[in-house]
Amino acid sequence: MNKTINQKAWLFVIPVFILVAFNAAIPLMTVVNYSFQETFGNNVFAWEGTRWFKQILQSERFHAALGRQITFTFIILLIQIPLGIGIALTMPKKGWGVPVCLILMSMPLLIPWNVVGAMWNIFALPDIGFLGHSLNGLGFDYNFTQQPGDAWFTTILMDVWHWTSLVVLLSYAGLNSIQPAYYQAAEIDGASRWATFRYIELPKMKKVLTLAILLRFMDSFMIYTEPFVLTGGGPGNTTAFLSIDLVKMALGQFDLGPAAAMSLIYFFIVLLVCWVFYNLMMKNEAQS
Amino acid sequence: MKKYKWIVPTLYIIFLMLPIYWLINMSFKTTTEIINTYSLWPQKFTTENYVKIFTDSTWYMGYVNSITYTVFNTIISVAAALPAAYAFSRYKFLGDKHLFFWLLTNRMAPPAVFALPFFQFYSSVNLFDTHIAVALSHCLFNIPLAVWILEGFMSAVPKELDETAYVDGYSFGRFFFKIFVPTIAAGIGITMFFCFMFSWVELLLAKTLTATAAKPIAATMTRTASTSGYELGLLAAAGTLTIIPGAIVIYFVKNYIAKGFAMGRV
Repeated sequence: MNKTINQKAWLFVIPVFILVAFNAAIPLMTVVNYSFQETFGNNVFAWEGTRWFKQILQSERFHAALGRQITFTFIILLIQIPLGIGIALTMPKKGWGVPVCLILMSMPLLIPWNVVGAMWNIFALPDIGFLGHSLNGLGFDYNFTQQPGDAWFTTILMDVWHWTSLVVLLSYAGLNSIQPAYYQAAEIDGASRWATFRYIELPKMKKVLTLAILLRFMDSFMIYTEPFVLTGGGPGNTTAFLSIDLVKMALGQFDLGPAAAMSLIYFFIVLLVCWVFYNLMMKNEAQS
Repeated sequence: MKKYKWIVPTLYIIFLMLPIYWLINMSFKTTTEIINTYSLWPQKFTTENYVKIFTDSTWYMGYVNSITYTVFNTIISVAAALPAAYAFSRYKFLGDKHLFFWLLTNRMAPPAVFALPFFQFYSSVNLFDTHIAVALSHCLFNIPLAVWILEGFMSAVPKELDETAYVDGYSFGRFFFKIFVPTIAAGIGITMFFCFMFSWVELLLAKTLTATAAKPIAATMTRTASTSGYELGLLAAAGTLTIIPGAIVIYFVKNYIAKGFAMGRV
C-alpha cells in the first residue's frame, strides 16, 4: 500500500509511546543503573564500572544456565515446528470438526502458566500422577523430582503440550490461505503428496512459519513460571533456565549488580536473535 | 491414507486433554484420597473443594482480582493501540520503522528482567498492590502485540475506503468510529482475545506487583501450596476454575481464531 508522509501521525502514536515508555524505559534505566554499581542497602551506591558484566560473562554459572537455555529452546523448536505442521496438515478443512479442533487445541494456550506447571506436577508425580504412574507401571524407573533426565523429559513434554497448538493454529491459517487452484494444478501435473507439500504448501506457509519460529524462540527463551512450578529448577540446578537463575539471583540472593548485568546480557541476546528474524520476515513481506 | 487422516488430530487432542482430565479428576477428590490412592476417577466424589473456594473470600477474590486487571488491561491496550495501528498502516512519519521495532522489542523482553524494577517503580508512585498497576505493567507486552495485530488487519483494508469517506464529507473522527472501526471489528475482537489471553496467563509480574488487595488467583494458589502444606484437592479445583474464563473466550472467537492468526500475524 502506498503510504502518505504525514508527520502528524505521531499524535496517534503518542498514547502508545507514553504507555510503553513508562513501562519499559524507566525500569530498564533502573536495571542499567544497577548494572554499573554496588549497593550497600539504604540507597548507598558505589560505581563499579563494567565489573559485573565481566564477572557474569566469565562465570560458570551463567555459562551453564545459558547452555541449558539454548539446549532447551533448540529441542523445543525441533519438536514443535514439525509436529505443529504435521497436525495442521491432517486437520479437517470443513465441517463440524473444524470448530471442535480449534476450541480443544486452543485450550492449553489459555491456562495460566503456573496452573500449567501445577497441572503437570500432579500429572507426572511418580506415585499418584497418571503419567508417572503409567510410566512406572510400564517398567520405566521414572521420577522427575529426583532424576535430571526425567525432569528434562517432563519439562519438554509439558512445553510441547502447552505451545504446539500455537504452531498448529498458525500453520493451519497459512494452509487455509492457499487458493484451491494451486491444488488443482498439482493434481493435473500428477504431483506426489510430498511434492505438493514441498513446492506449494511449504512456500505458502513461509511467512507464518517464520512467525511461529520467532514466537516460539522468544517465549521458550524467556520461560519461567512453568518449569519453576514443575521442578523449581531442580533437581539441583539441572532445569534452572536463564529466567529462573536470574530471579534466584535478583530476588533470592539480592545480588542486584550481577543480576542487573545478567538481565542486560540476557535481553541483548534475545534482541539480537529477534532482530535477525524480524529482518528476515520483513524481507519476506517485501517480496510477496 | 486419506481415510485415516483424522487419527493424528484425534491423538493430539487426547494428549492435550489428559492432563486437564487429571486435574478435574483430582478436583473432585479429597486430599486424603489423592495422596493415598491412585484411581482414574474419584472413588468418593466430593465437591467440598469447590464449596471452599466459593465461600472463602481469599479464594474467590483472587478470581475477581485477576478478571479485573485483565479487563482493564484489554481495554487500555486496545484503546491505545487503535490510533497507533492506524498511523502505522496509513502514514509514513519520522522514525516509524524504528518505533515499530522498538515496540516489538518490548514483547521480547523477558519479564524476569523487569520484575524488580517494576516493583520499585510502582511502589514509588504508590500504585503497588492495585489492579491498575498490574494492568499497566501488562501493557508492556500487550500494547506491542495489539499494535502488531491491528496493523495487520488495517493494512488489509484498502485506502480507497478512507478517501471515499472524506470525499463524502466525513470528518476524521466520524469516519474512524462510524466506518473504519466496524470494518475491522473482527480484528478488534481477535486483538482483545490475545490481550485477554496474555494478561490472564501471566503471573510473574502480577505476583510481584501485588500483596493482598489485588492478588491474582494464580498467586493465591502458589501461596496456599507453600503455606498450608499441600492441599492438592483444593489446588486442583482452583486450577480447574482458571480454565473456564479462557474456554468461554475461545468459544466466542472460535470462527475468527484461524483467520486472526494469519492476518494479524500472531
